[in-house]
Amino acid sequence: MIPPFQRFLDEQREPVYRFLIAAVGRDAADDCFQETFIAAMNAYPRLRPDSNLRAWVLTIAGRKATDHHRARARHPVPVAEPEPPPATTRSPDELALDDDALWAAVRALPPKQRAAITLRYAGDLSHRQVAEALGCSEDAARRSAHEGLKRLRQEVPVP
Amino acid sequence: MTTLRPPAFDPADAAAAARRFAAAAEPDIAYDVVDGPVGPLVVAITPRGLLQVSYEELRGGLDEILGGLAATVSPRILERRDVVEPVRRELDEYFAGRRTRFDLPLDWTLTTPFQRDVLRATAAIPFGETRSYGQIAAQIGRPGASRATGTALGRNPIPVIVPCHRILRGGGVLGSYTGGVERKRLLLDLEGVTTARD
Repeated sequence: MIPPFQRFLDEQREPVYRFLIAAVGRDAADDCFQETFIAAMNAYPRLRPDSNLRAWVLTIAGRKATDHHRARARHPVPVAEPEPPPATTRSPDELALDDDALWAAVRALPPKQRAAITLRYAGDLSHRQVAEALGCSEDAARRSAHEGLKRLRQEVPVP
Repeated sequence: MTTLRPPAFDPADAAAAARRFAAAAEPDIAYDVVDGPVGPLVVAITPRGLLQVSYEELRGGLDEILGGLAATVSPRILERRDVVEPVRRELDEYFAGRRTRFDLPLDWTLTTPFQRDVLRATAAIPFGETRSYGQIAAQIGRPGASRATGTALGRNPIPVIVPCHRILRGGGVLGSYTGGVERKRLLLDLEGVTTARD
């Protein structure tokens, strides 16, 4: 049986918010969050009772993130990326900033790699669930994540 | 490259985003809990009107009540204090002795046609008056159906507001109540009704 939508929202708001910060950045996360749950509520009565709710809603959030990137590609706006702080004596806040810089680099990857990495590492989905979310084979999902990580290592300097 | 950790965020930001979503959404059922002298009431409303009022303590708690509505009416259920506010206001006034009739649209989705007849007749009983099961049965043109009338009232999805507590057993005896006899007693006291001893 699928739970009342309020319970679903209570349980999934944090996984979705976390995923969207990684996938679209902090400024756009709220708008994508609203669009994700509007779409989820529309589709909710047709959801199969045995569905994995987190994988389902992250699939929707992944589509909203892709829409966001497509719209930005059509109407590019310059965005200042956060400057990495100096490598000495870092507070937890500065470490979070480091993470933000890293996720900004993920967002700059080609679409398939970006989608596979954000769903896998910010959404904490399995490769199989990532594959289902992207409508590709599990091998292809693994390959996209692997290639994306390889490229990140080349592009992001080791602190 | 350091490891790819999920980004940090303030859970309050996610909670605020969820509240913004809920405030703008159009759920099939909006609910909230209204406190009163009869204990907490779970009030559920559809765009058509008041769908259900449940004694939270007697119906297995909030999750059980919402789960039932999700399975029978729609899972598109959201907590909405603002939507429930008119019901809360009328209930507060009633419990404070400042209101003798409710002026709220009702949604009869959870009732059968027979039950609807019984409950409509019940809703027309004025504040402070009572009827017997037989009187209601006769009033809806089913004079032999006082037992079925009792069953229909026992399953009243909108207690207090559809005042099934105003139906007594023959001879003015209190009789049973969907929310337990103590609550029936309390509601009748509030309306200044005295009953014969059981």
